[in-house]
Amino acid sequence: MAKKEYAFYPGCSSQLKASASNYLVSTNSMCNKLDIKLTEIPDWNCCGASIGYCEGGELPRIAINARNFAQAETHLPGQDIVATCAACWLSARESKERLDASAQLMKETNEALAAAGLNYKGTAEVRHMVEVLIEDFGYEGLKAPMKKSLEGLKIAGYVGCQTNRPFGIAGESFENPMYLDKMVETLGGEALTKYEQKVTCCGGALAFSEPEKSQKQIRDIVESAYDHGAEMIVTPCPLCQANVEVYQSEINKKQGTKFNMPVVYYSQLMTVAYGGSAKDAALDGQLIRAEKLEKIAGK
Amino acid sequence: MTTANQAAIERYRNNFLKEVEANVEEGHMVKMCMQCGVCAGSCPLGPHWTHSPQKIFMMIRAGKRDEVLGSDSMFMCTSCYNCMVRCPRQLPITHIMHGLANYAHRLGLAPKGQPTRDFATLFWNNLSKKGRVNELMLTLQHYFRNGLVAGIKEAMAMQGIGLGMFKAKRINPMEIFGGHGVKDLKGFHAIIAKAKEIEDRKKGFTA
Ligand code: SF4
Ligand code: SF4
Ligand code: SF4
Ligand code: SF4
Repeated sequence: MAKKEYAFYPGCSSQLKASASNYLVSTNSMCNKLDIKLTEIPDWNCCGASIGYCEGGELPRIAINARNFAQAETHLPGQDIVATCAACWLSARESKERLDASAQLMKETNEALAAAGLNYKGTAEVRHMVEVLIEDFGYEGLKAPMKKSLEGLKIAGYVGCQTNRPFGIAGESFENPMYLDKMVETLGGEALTKYEQKVTCCGGALAFSEPEKSQKQIRDIVESAYDHGAEMIVTPCPLCQANVEVYQSEINKKQGTKFNMPVVYYSQLMTVAYGGSAKDAALDGQLIRAEKLEKIAGK
Repeated sequence: MTTANQAAIERYRNNFLKEVEANVEEGHMVKMCMQCGVCAGSCPLGPHWTHSPQKIFMMIRAGKRDEVLGSDSMFMCTSCYNCMVRCPRQLPITHIMHGLANYAHRLGLAPKGQPTRDFATLFWNNLSKKGRVNELMLTLQHYFRNGLVAGIKEAMAMQGIGLGMFKAKRINPMEIFGGHGVKDLKGFHAIIAKAKEIEDRKKGFTA
């Protein structure tokens, strides 16, 4: 298969030494094995995330997203923009859809971009890495590079909200999307399809600002994974990953639970199944070690 | 009271719906709400809110300007989009909630000290300075928002987490001296300034 090329939008949390650097490392390993070439959008900026609304307002938020699009169009013409962070993807895609729908907004946005000598034409598509995997490769295609099966691993697929709503993955339902489970099964693992907290919101940015409220959400998400016999949770979203993993110790301290549930990215599962080492999969980046996965990686 | 607020009151005298339609992101969709209550039942943080989206939309139509713009409910929105994908009238509820929060914040009517409001402001300031989010500074500023003593207490409570993140190479202590950022900062700032200028002019925020 010919190399597939994409304009990569990693987002702030996926930079080296940022909170989702393990997502970045494992994504690169996964793409290597799939013969995907990701080229970072030159000099990309933050998308503003959902929480940017309060101070940022509407046009400034859309304009900074359009800056990334313009950079991609100029330097990586013809390539789809691919994000790995759910929040980045959401902000970017929402901005693109709004711009596509309104000539007025497009005009104002380009007026703002002109202040930096840029112009956005509206050609580049904005996609999530999961869409690329499922639509451009397909489950069969994702099997091709497999070296090992994740046999015996019981995995709860936590999709969260923003990879799922409001856009979601084409052909999937909002209430019960199946793609994460199907990816786990493709890799030979056991997907816990009855896991009922699949699309529950973890509290998002409120994990920082109003911790009690979001910790209740996180508790439900982790507890239900235990109830279904999960050995780890897998997620496509860096903020979900961080929230669900990082706060388990806090919840244990406050509520006397004994949570110790690893939370990994699909890209880490795939890297291991494709024969990558624990290091390639950045498993050393987990706060709660995913020992069973490390073991398979070491085999 | 800010002058922008006074101007808005005079301009839209007794027609709050019209004010929302003109100045709030996606505000023109508010009138489509049929009060079915699906959104109120879909919100993960619903129990903590004084006003569900359904109530907010009803209050807008009833002209309850002070109550709506002074409500802390919009700030509790986690942007989970649960309400939005379920709404039978396809209101972009999440965006309207964000838009209302932004409008209330800009007019100086949003509740003071609301933690998510403060965090959201920090977040935007953090990203607009360098073009990328400096996670360490964001965390520290957040902990120290209530002053030094409270900040040390909170930071201590979260110390285990910070240390773990550092060991896992997921926090960069050097970030405090700068950290990630875009190269064409001048251009980036110029875009934001221009966009803000256009938006402020349209929404009557010009100081
Ligand atoms: S969503 Fe988060 S990680 Fe993505 S660019 Fe925005 S702030 Fe950065
Ligand atoms: S589950 Fe949490 S982190 Fe993930 S998208 Fe939803 S709010 Fe954001
Ligand atoms: S779900 Fe939609 S129509 Fe129903 S109350 Fe909420 S906003 Fe109104
Ligand atoms: S998007 Fe906001 S308002 Fe809607 S259900 Fe989620 S938290 Fe509630």
